[in-house]
Amino acid sequence: MFSLRATMFHPGEKVNAKRKFLVSRGIRHLTCGFISMFASGVAWAQTASDGIARTQNPFHPHSSSAHLIQQLSFFTLAITGAIFAVVAGLWLYVVIKYRQHGSNEQMEEPPQIYGSTQIELAWTVIPILIVVVLFLTVARILFALQDQPVPQNALHVDVVGHQYWWEFRYPSYGFITANELHIPLGEPAGTVTTGLKLLSADVDHSFWVPSLYGKVDTVPNKENDIVLDPTQTGVYEGQCAQFCGTAHAQMLLRVYVQTPEEFAAWAKRQQDTAIEDPAVAQGRQVFETQSCVSCHTIRGTAAHGRFGPDLTHLMSRDTIASGLISNTPENLKRWIEDPEAIKPGALMPAMQLSGDQIDQMVTYLATLK
Amino acid sequence: MSAVPVPVIAQAPSESWPLPDRGVVGMFAVIVAESTIFLIFVVAYVYNIGRSVSGPTPREVLDLPIFNSICLLSSSFTIWLAERALKKGAMRTFIGWWALTAALGAIFLVGTGLEWHKLIYKDGLTISTNLFGTTFYSLVGLHASHVIVGLVMLSLVLAFALAGKVGQEHRQRIEVLGLYWHFVDMVWVVVFTVVYIIGR
Amino acid sequence: MADSTLPIDGPVGGTIGVPHEVEDVPTWGERLHEWVTTVDHKKLGLMYIGYGLLFLLVGGIEALLIRLQLFFPNNHFISSVVFNRLFTMHGTTMVFMVGMTIIIGFANYLVPLMIGARDMAFPRLNAFSFWMTALGGLFLYYSFIGGVGLQGAGSAPDFTWWGYAPLTERAFSRGHTADYWALALIVQGFGTIGAAVNIIATTFSMRCKGMTLFRMPLLVWLNLVVAGMILTTISPLTAAQIMLTIDRYLGGHFFDSQAGGSPLLWFHFFWIFGHPEVYVLVLPAFAIANEVIPTFSRKAIFGYPAMVAASVGIGFISVSVWAHHMFTVGMKPASNAFFVLSTELVGVPTAIKIFNWIATMWGGRIRFTTSMLFATAFVAQFLLAGLTGIMLSVAPWNWQLHGTYFVVAHFHYVLVGAIVFCIFSGLYYWYPKMTGKLLDERLGKWHFWLFLIGFHMTFDLMHIPGLLGMPRWIYTYQPGHGWEIWNQLVGVGAVFQAVAMLVFVYNLVHSYLKGTDAGPDPWDAWTLEWFTPSPPPAYNFATEPVVRSRRPLWDIKHPEDPDWKYE
Repeated sequence: MFSLRATMFHPGEKVNAKRKFLVSRGIRHLTCGFISMFASGVAWAQTASDGIARTQNPFHPHSSSAHLIQQLSFFTLAITGAIFAVVAGLWLYVVIKYRQHGSNEQMEEPPQIYGSTQIELAWTVIPILIVVVLFLTVARILFALQDQPVPQNALHVDVVGHQYWWEFRYPSYGFITANELHIPLGEPAGTVTTGLKLLSADVDHSFWVPSLYGKVDTVPNKENDIVLDPTQTGVYEGQCAQFCGTAHAQMLLRVYVQTPEEFAAWAKRQQDTAIEDPAVAQGRQVFETQSCVSCHTIRGTAAHGRFGPDLTHLMSRDTIASGLISNTPENLKRWIEDPEAIKPGALMPAMQLSGDQIDQMVTYLATLK
Repeated sequence: MSAVPVPVIAQAPSESWPLPDRGVVGMFAVIVAESTIFLIFVVAYVYNIGRSVSGPTPREVLDLPIFNSICLLSSSFTIWLAERALKKGAMRTFIGWWALTAALGAIFLVGTGLEWHKLIYKDGLTISTNLFGTTFYSLVGLHASHVIVGLVMLSLVLAFALAGKVGQEHRQRIEVLGLYWHFVDMVWVVVFTVVYIIGR
Repeated sequence: MADSTLPIDGPVGGTIGVPHEVEDVPTWGERLHEWVTTVDHKKLGLMYIGYGLLFLLVGGIEALLIRLQLFFPNNHFISSVVFNRLFTMHGTTMVFMVGMTIIIGFANYLVPLMIGARDMAFPRLNAFSFWMTALGGLFLYYSFIGGVGLQGAGSAPDFTWWGYAPLTERAFSRGHTADYWALALIVQGFGTIGAAVNIIATTFSMRCKGMTLFRMPLLVWLNLVVAGMILTTISPLTAAQIMLTIDRYLGGHFFDSQAGGSPLLWFHFFWIFGHPEVYVLVLPAFAIANEVIPTFSRKAIFGYPAMVAASVGIGFISVSVWAHHMFTVGMKPASNAFFVLSTELVGVPTAIKIFNWIATMWGGRIRFTTSMLFATAFVAQFLLAGLTGIMLSVAPWNWQLHGTYFVVAHFHYVLVGAIVFCIFSGLYYWYPKMTGKLLDERLGKWHFWLFLIGFHMTFDLMHIPGLLGMPRWIYTYQPGHGWEIWNQLVGVGAVFQAVAMLVFVYNLVHSYLKGTDAGPDPWDAWTLEWFTPSPPPAYNFATEPVVRSRRPLWDIKHPEDPDWKYE
């Protein structure tokens, strides 16, 4: 299985050579104490019951971009933390120092002071200076992130948000998969390997894998582009981050970052048409004669639907129902029997098949490696 | 029971204390709000120019409503003349100009009605045909509904004036109504520019 | 306390005799008739506030149900459909039915009193505005029983209070959910715009003699700015909702992506309303603090002109920041940078305000009544809310924080930590004026501390699941992300807040029936409303007051050292 370090901020970690402008060392030192305090608060064991180490935590960055964002966040935290300490300190001092002792009556009014132009100017100018510093830092990183060039040989994937699942099209390879995005690790690690084109088939969704990049919406009639530059192999979890309807909470996704060799092997397998196994012809016939085919595609069969996920290599995926449950024959059976029971609001209808039909179909689907 | 001193603080300054008329202030506030609503519809119109996936297009079906526009814009002038007459106390002149204003507004509405009739029955453009239809009828219709409201108020004043119930003491109220009417005319300039010039 | 506490020998310039003849006790029917038909700004103000408090309880119950559902991962106490309806209704209710109505209620009640006027400029428009607002809320809530009925939670809207198109279009929201939502907000929007027109006309045209613009209490100034902002922020929402209704009923295509329309247009329209809306809600909260903090610090507000300038500045800057809600929709870096800058610049006038409040307390003699406790806590909480706002303005980091519980915590810090705290502060401060009775201070302290603990437990801790990557709007979540414990603590905090609210409601009723008489000026304050009896008569002032400074009552109480010498 994949092992993930529970990485927190490592000031010395090599990110990407061309991003040396980041945040100066001085500020890093300044922020260190604050950060380690903060980091201990957000660090969390991420091993779930299925034994897969995974992370959906923006403070566990595993890409150059996510590292950059994290460093910017620490810089911001340092500035805002300092402001808070000063102003809240003043507030506390005033509240304690000037509270009234004794009863209201027979007390003289304190001296009335109406204001002071110098003081007002001072506390107008200082915030403006802080804003300028913060803005310039943000703007540099903003442009650096959004204007990252995509290398010639990069992988291009079209990500299409659907109510309530993710479609991943690999145009240069000619196959389509769902909910589990596979991308290669760069050489060296941390370079851009993948360009994503984010699209939507129906309503607004948001593609978010915190360890790799911030969220970017998929908006109908609009194309958004981002790049991925992972620093480490592993499984990174994410989920739809823009409310998209009833089953929005269960529109999960995963990104598998693999070594280039692993990725090439995976992609090669995905390009094949579906396995034809005469032993499961009955199940295949059930599938092809039911309305399954109007929504799902299995390349090499009569099924060409585009409304639901491509099932050509269904069993190469670890999960079904868009990351919700693990992909086992039992779960497949439960899912086909009554999707609503597992994922309320899912658009896949219960097909009202007999027990035999479901068994045959699951046996068939289980061969789609 | 308690008697409370009235806050006469120091000696009352004897100078006068002029404040703007609340009707005028209120109408300006209404105009700001209305302008924002129109602005949003105008933005929606401009943003969607050329985005319709099917016809008819503005160039195919829209004719310049020149006569209509002249009527509506000149009504701004006649209402100003009416107000001036009222200020002078010339009631007959006032009623004359006022009636002309209402008539010009009515002509504009009839003109819009004829245009829409042609668009719907001859060109087959309804509000649900395409994006152009949706934005066109919404924007022009929003303006026309303001003309209708103005026309209702103009007619009411006209009826009162004919009954002899409008006098110089109503000058400020008439002025407020005049402000609204000028606003409706100004909006037409924008709508005309956007729909018939930029959008065509 | 019944008599005036003002240091004045006998009445100056006449008296207001409080009419106290033996009257027929009105029947319930007559009372109801009187309240329904009233055009008195004070009665309408009270109705606004009462209506808002009622919906605060309703929205609060929705929040409790939401917290209950999120208490455990994979919880199935509430179904996803009902959960989506609950958070949509919670958001819509709290912003429109609670926030807007209570702040307009305060403005209605106080603005005429503070500028020495007898009523608003347009009393009947005022009544019309209130009833439009009220009907909007009832209409929205009718959606729970409309459609399929209570069991399926009716047709209540279920697409978040942003109502992002095209989810609200017919293709994705069948039935009448979006119709109730859009129509309710259109109806209420007209009411709100009417109220704003009224406040503007009142402040410009109804001021008493000597009340120049720069002698108006800051509360009036801020409400003037807010009214101006309402004109330019509620209108876009109204326009967008009209478009949505055209789409849904007439087959239009404004936001129909299939026909070439663009959801982006909705995003922009909504946030052109949505962001200034935050300031529309928070400036009146500042306004309350601007009155409470000086009174209980026994000092004039520090830097009055700077406070006015900062408020007007916020008003202007805040209309240019809307797209910081849209950093994730894929704008060009230059646009993103612009909205980063404008958003961070809003921090400047807000900082000025915080500094001025602290400077007002500096060197004062602070009396920690319940009202002042709420106002003091507000200052610190608003500081924190502002700082998390700065964090969210950092666009790249915003891509990680947007749509998570960090944002939810941030804006609840503003809406509860600032606005609700100030509303409580204002209620403890002006309740004596409104009813003639003081709110019980002992119960008030219970209310304050319980609410403070609950607030911090809920909303401080709510930042953490957000930082850990927990999105908002999810009705359930998978275990193993480290979110469970925080959701549970947040839920417990919500219970504290609920208990505090019960104490508050009990205090309102108890003090009304058995409270101490307040007298006209229980806090020894300086603005004109304290010059009327409590509660003020329908005509407010028997003779129109004349003022010479920002603190007319200070001038009376300190004839040896009046303010007008320094202004």
